[in-house]
Amino acid sequence: MSNLAISVSNLTKVYGERAAVSSANFEVPLGTICGFVGPNGAGKTTTIRMLLGLIAPTSGTGTVLGHSINEPEKFLPYVGAMIEGPAFYPALSGAENLRVLASLGGFPQERVMELLELVGLGDRAKSKFKTYSLGMKQRLGIAAALLPNPRLLILDEPTNGLDPSGIHEVRELMKRLAAQGTSVFVSSHLLSEIEMIAEYLVMLRNGKVIFSGKTESLLEAQQPIIIAKPEYAVDMPKLVAIAQQSGHIASVVDDELHVLSPAEWSATFNRLAFEAGITLANLATVRPSLEETFFELTTESGAN
Amino acid sequence: MLRVIYAEARKLRRPTLALSTTAIVAGLSVLFTSLVYLRINSGHNTRRGEFVSAAQLSQATGIGYGFKLVAAFLGLVALCIFASQTAQEYTYGTLRNLLVRQPARMKILVGKCIAMVVFAIFMVTVTAIITVAASYLLAPGAKVNTNLWATSAGLSYLGHTFFNVLLSTIGFGLFGMILGLLFRSPITAISVGVLWNLILENILSAALSGSAKWLPGQNISNIGEGGTIDLSYTRSLLMSALYLAVGFAIVASLFKKRDVAN
Repeated sequence: MSNLAISVSNLTKVYGERAAVSSANFEVPLGTICGFVGPNGAGKTTTIRMLLGLIAPTSGTGTVLGHSINEPEKFLPYVGAMIEGPAFYPALSGAENLRVLASLGGFPQERVMELLELVGLGDRAKSKFKTYSLGMKQRLGIAAALLPNPRLLILDEPTNGLDPSGIHEVRELMKRLAAQGTSVFVSSHLLSEIEMIAEYLVMLRNGKVIFSGKTESLLEAQQPIIIAKPEYAVDMPKLVAIAQQSGHIASVVDDELHVLSPAEWSATFNRLAFEAGITLANLATVRPSLEETFFELTTESGAN
Repeated sequence: MLRVIYAEARKLRRPTLALSTTAIVAGLSVLFTSLVYLRINSGHNTRRGEFVSAAQLSQATGIGYGFKLVAAFLGLVALCIFASQTAQEYTYGTLRNLLVRQPARMKILVGKCIAMVVFAIFMVTVTAIITVAASYLLAPGAKVNTNLWATSAGLSYLGHTFFNVLLSTIGFGLFGMILGLLFRSPITAISVGVLWNLILENILSAALSGSAKWLPGQNISNIGEGGTIDLSYTRSLLMSALYLAVGFAIVASLFKKRDVAN
């Protein structure tokens, strides 16, 4: 049996003359949380729909839990999914909506109330879906995705509309599921959330995969920034000159000097500043966050 | 397949749909039956200014007269329900949930269809019970003799009428389902279905002599009537089956192949 939850090879979807997804290649190992990120219109939802058999790829292949995406009946009983926001029948209650899906999938009806309790909707189970807030609708969507007790959970923007505590709960839920062996493939705009939970990352831009692999590898590959602040603001021009004379790119951001350089150079920088009679009030090396890396890689200027 | 039928039944039995549909068919049944019996002395007590006398209603066939009168409206109700229940999966975006839980698309389609046919059977049965009960209640006041109604001839006629009305109602329902799958919008599907059957077909059959025997709505409706002198029951049955089979084959093929992108 394959040790991959998802694998796609040259997956392409073309609408007319526009390629929504173009020769996508990536793999998601079993039992991990994989973030799926990219700007709006990058092709994330189209990719997810192809993985779930909802739309047919123009070309390319893919497997989910070891089965071809052309045979969704073989893997969907083990997959939970919430695609592009929660979609339910407005006139049915939350519980009744889940019962419809439980009946359809052949899952035990007792699971409906368990899951509603799990996502914090136990007391609103009998309320009609149309009366739910956006956050509650989102929670119901997550509950529906958990109905099959999935081996793979695919969530498209699961934290949309949730308040901070709701976001925290979803994050903890994903971690808990992953710890129990469930693979989680999650797309989100909240990159700080993805950075906190995702071991793997697939990054899309204009329908193309621009990165796939360990989140750690992506962040480590980014150039760190040395942030320095002189004790006296008048010393800032001299500090900038020291960095530039050493061949590094330096810029002043909010009374602080940002120097793009290897982390090891910070000790040399500190010594050079001291020799020039400058006392540093602050000296730190930071790596770019996922959000900064994302913008670097996904904006036209950053990518080119 | 049973899972799909059961899941669909959960949606159909929701109080807002089941109770309102029952109320509508019950109301129509009582209204139309009452008009026949309460206006029996007015000279025009049935549709299009026709008249049915107390003597005619006292025949064995009188038991099913009110029921037959409501049949055309049952078809319209079925068309609306089948169309909206099908098309709403697209407008609500719920089709993707259904297909993730049951990827065999034809099973979804056939299962939905069977569940809605069961709903149609329920609707026609309720109508039959109410119209027959109302007829018995109103008959004495209209001086209609009901002695022949419960005879084997009367019950056999009622059985045949029930079967024909059921076929016609299911036919209109399938017509609505085809439109729902084609237009993927309940409002459009229902509007097109109602306009076609109530207005366009009537204009065409009035303007072009003999065109009624080629029109789908006229043929499906004629099944409920049990056939007429101008249009035989067998021809209507075959024509309706042909139209529905071709229509269903086209939309089923679209449903199977079309990307679910909403």
